[in-house]
Amino acid sequence: MESIASKLIATYLNRGVLLVSCSIMIGCATSEPLYYWGNYEELIYQMYIEPGAADSATQVAKLKEDINKASTAGKPVPPGLHAHLGYMYFLQSDTHAAVLEFEMEKKLFPESAKFVDGLMGRLKK
Amino acid sequence: MKPVNRNFKLLLPLLLVFTTGCVTTPPFDYSSFRNHRPRSILVLPPLNQTTDVNAPYTYLSTITRPLAECGYYVFPVAVVDAYMKENGLPSPEEMHGVALDKIRNIIGADAILYVTIEEWGQKYIVVQSITTIKAIARLIDTASGEVIWQGTQAVSQGSGGGADPIAMLITAAVTQIINTMVDYTHDLSRVANHTMVYDASQGFLAGPYLPPQENDHCRQN
Repeated sequence: MESIASKLIATYLNRGVLLVSCSIMIGCATSEPLYYWGNYEELIYQMYIEPGAADSATQVAKLKEDINKASTAGKPVPPGLHAHLGYMYFLQSDTHAAVLEFEMEKKLFPESAKFVDGLMGRLKK
Repeated sequence: MKPVNRNFKLLLPLLLVFTTGCVTTPPFDYSSFRNHRPRSILVLPPLNQTTDVNAPYTYLSTITRPLAECGYYVFPVAVVDAYMKENGLPSPEEMHGVALDKIRNIIGADAILYVTIEEWGQKYIVVQSITTIKAIARLIDTASGEVIWQGTQAVSQGSGGGADPIAMLITAAVTQIINTMVDYTHDLSRVANHTMVYDASQGFLAGPYLPPQENDHCRQN
């Protein structure tokens, strides 16, 4: 019995090694994504196509989770994510948090400066 | 008469070869793209020529990733959409009508991607159902007004098939049931946008956030 069990374990281990080597080979064929994508695009889909599935509170929670996961994975979040999160905070009337996110978008992607400054100008009115 | 006829028959395959030879597309002209090299791209909600009301925003929810992974700053599509709606532009038609210099001054985009959706959804051909997406896109430089890239994307996903007609009928029926629950266009839209940006000979040139590439195009991922 013991030998059968150990044979089984050995087979699974071999398969594990095989899977790992396969994924390494696949990893070499395509390059790594630049960003950690998480839920960002799925939330955009839901907010337009499945009304009610992604209210601002849900989006804030999921995007904050994505930001944490991205930092654990050592990857940047995609362009637009912090501005999108800022907009969700604005919808919840949390102007302070909104401004922090807009500032972060600008810091990570200077291309967003003009748009984000315009948005913040409106918040302060 | 007869010899002429025979000669013609011999010529026919040759003619076919020549006509198919002519269909190949000429190499894409990247000179305008290379001259302007945008850093940031604003994607406006697409114009919709189909009857599916979900088409523009499903498309919009799958365009950020390929462009950003190709190295561009992509403005947050939903925030821009909300901003424009709040500023008296309730529909994609009105958004597409805004002057380039106004968008450049207010949003600061180097280039705008204007998309028109021509086909979207399922067609039933005999016992098969085919999901098709067809979209035309133009990338315009906001400073010069030049078209720096353009392309048409048509992708289809078939269901059914097989030589056995009864098996085909069953497959088609099952697929129709599945299709009522699953939104195939969402996945297909992702494929269409990925293909549009990453096409090896007609796709986008790499943007500033992508490390230098061998052929100047985006890499596959």
